[in-house]
Amino acid sequence: MTPTFYDEMHDTAGTTRPHYAHFEAWANALPPELMARKRAEADLAFRRLGITFAVYGEEAGTERLIPFDTIPRIIPSAEWKTLRAGLKQRVKALNMFLDDIYHGQDILRAGKIPPEEVLNNAQFRPEMRGFKVPNGIYAHIAGVDVVRAGEGEFYVLEDNLRVPSGVSYMLEDRKMMMRLFPELFAHQKIAPVEHYPDLLLETLRAVAPNGVDDPTVVVMTPGAFNSAYFEHSFLAQQMGVELVEGRDLYIDHDVVYMRTTHGPKRVDVIYRRIDDDFLDPEAFRADSMLGVPGLLKAYRAGRVTLCNAIGTGVADDKSIYPYVGEMVRFYLGEEPILNNVPTWRCRERHDLKYVLDHLADLVVKEVHGAGGYGMLVGPAATKAEIEQFRQALIAHPEKYIAQPTLALSTCPTYVDSGIAPRHIDLRPFVLSGKEVSLVPGGLTRVALRDGSLVVNSSQGGGTKDTWVLENGHAEPHR
Amino acid sequence: MLSRTADHLFWMARYTERAENLARLLDVTYQMSLVPHDAQTERSSWNAVLVLNSLEAPYAKRHREITAANVLHFMVRDDTHASSIYSCLRSARENAHAVRGTLTAEMWETINETWLQVSRLSIVEINQGGIAAFFDWVKQRASLLRGAMFGTMLQDEAFQFIRLGTLLERADNTARILDVKYHSLASAGQQQSQEQGEELVGANDFYHWGALLRSVSAFEVYRKVYRDAITPERVAELLILRDDLPRALHSCLHGVVTILDRVRNNRSDETLRRAGQIYASLQYGRMEDIFEMGLHAWLDDFIERVGDLGGRISKDFLVGS
Repeated sequence: MTPTFYDEMHDTAGTTRPHYAHFEAWANALPPELMARKRAEADLAFRRLGITFAVYGEEAGTERLIPFDTIPRIIPSAEWKTLRAGLKQRVKALNMFLDDIYHGQDILRAGKIPPEEVLNNAQFRPEMRGFKVPNGIYAHIAGVDVVRAGEGEFYVLEDNLRVPSGVSYMLEDRKMMMRLFPELFAHQKIAPVEHYPDLLLETLRAVAPNGVDDPTVVVMTPGAFNSAYFEHSFLAQQMGVELVEGRDLYIDHDVVYMRTTHGPKRVDVIYRRIDDDFLDPEAFRADSMLGVPGLLKAYRAGRVTLCNAIGTGVADDKSIYPYVGEMVRFYLGEEPILNNVPTWRCRERHDLKYVLDHLADLVVKEVHGAGGYGMLVGPAATKAEIEQFRQALIAHPEKYIAQPTLALSTCPTYVDSGIAPRHIDLRPFVLSGKEVSLVPGGLTRVALRDGSLVVNSSQGGGTKDTWVLENGHAEPHR
Repeated sequence: MLSRTADHLFWMARYTERAENLARLLDVTYQMSLVPHDAQTERSSWNAVLVLNSLEAPYAKRHREITAANVLHFMVRDDTHASSIYSCLRSARENAHAVRGTLTAEMWETINETWLQVSRLSIVEINQGGIAAFFDWVKQRASLLRGAMFGTMLQDEAFQFIRLGTLLERADNTARILDVKYHSLASAGQQQSQEQGEELVGANDFYHWGALLRSVSAFEVYRKVYRDAITPERVAELLILRDDLPRALHSCLHGVVTILDRVRNNRSDETLRRAGQIYASLQYGRMEDIFEMGLHAWLDDFIERVGDLGGRISKDFLVGS
């Protein structure tokens, strides 16, 4: 196979990159049948542990395993340092942007972003105007999707600032690798990630309402049938806090209480894994059965903190994405460390024309879409699919953006025919509380179909353990 | 803890215990059907299983005749009603799934694995493996879960509500199993003075009461305690009044009262009082009095009062203010 893409393990000459040398030597010495047995063991364990996700649109309650690949994605220490700095910088700027547009709107007045792009955006929440959130932090948990196109060449695909998921797979993948292959961890310095729940709890506690010294934190889930329910339950358990549903909470005089076996107990910080629209039937969607009537009012009264804040969606919207570099320059006075993917905004006539002329080469995404639903990957699409998108684009150009098809890097992966390169991305989880922190690495997702660039688990993607290799002396893990 | 969480734990425990006791009841009925007997006796003993669980009507919708094979299919693997072993294990797993973070990994894995295994089995496969072996498997899985719980779980409120569900369900189920002879005779139209336990003596009695003891794993216990022939009075005494036999009513209610005292809140005093009342009647009760009232009537009353406790526990703790 000709490596036309950057491969994480081998260079174009087929030589193993230095940070994979130890792993490859170990893997080559491993009897193939042992590896097969270990892979079966991993599948069985994931099934027994019930580490599954529900798939929408299939029979109700269908649970699937996310395929786990035993070949890790390894990031050398120096590259991680750059990535980490870039991620922190980006999330800082995004939080400053959110604080700004819900208050002074300096960036709009400075003409860096067309005001209508922000103010007319469906994700902009007028309810948040003039309301101070603790520490000025809106996106406490961000899951930034990063891809590599070449040597040292990283692009941010999406800043997920609403309810990003996947961190439980990052943690379970690591646990599984350590269980299957402990010897790999004994002989190399692989930066640990297991302290993520501690960092998360620290972050959530740091943004409690003013005057609350020992806050009660809860995780709020839509319920056991949500696709990410395993993760909600996992995080609540790991942090040692209650996992609540909307019906477990009620509001009295703008204070949030949960119903317990010993009567009402006050709640101070809600790590909610429910979209804005469903949080409060009095304020948003009236038909929401998942929310708590009066929650927005309690929130605005400063009696409870929601993580993430309401209205963060305007900052990770695909129509705002092209301006993130501008935010970094405007708020931090720095040059962005991580690249943005060049983006055509189909609402602009010139951009639309270019996109329609090059549909077969581009990735077209719905502005408000998520999860890989409703997108076109030009080079992999059939003629009919392209025509279908062409009609949709002409009818509603404002709903779409387009980007060049990136040459996503590949990583060797187990497939039916043996080991073959498959495209991967990386979702590090950036936490913002008192400070900005993240555990080394993140969740590596892999597109298991040959040639596919779509890594979403809902579209048949798998995951890999992600290693940040430490060389020399140990460095702090945040 | 969250009321809803306590509710899921309580029902997880009840369904788990119910599945186990169903396996015990069906096992004993099956074993008894292997003792020589006429067709009428066979029919009435399988019918008793349905009556005990109040399932005559749903059963009639599924099967015309009462036969061992039909009742076993209905009670073991039928997924169209909530009372089969299959459905109980599914409900236990669904409740556990809703609060899996509250359980230890060992407990959750056990419940999940039990469900995954049973969900893959058809009734044909169960019969091929031997129905008795299947009942043993259900009991083993229940023991495994109990072991995982006692071996790994913090004895906090979650633990208490699981125990509460287990003990209430067990008290109810043991009482029903004790009553099976009455229903079996009743449905055969044979009972004369069912008010008097002494008269429940017949040709197959030894086998019946022996099998009943085995169903609650108390056959050897009986020998050890009484060192004498098996009589209905002593079996009833063992399963009702012993405080040191885990499946006896006295022992179950002892646990219920202790836990209700430990988790009490400002709504639960009346519930605790009522539980204490039942407990006192077991602690200071005598077999003579029970038989004077009539074993069936006494058990009927007991089952109703345990049902009342369940409803009150739900209102006091599990629904939330």
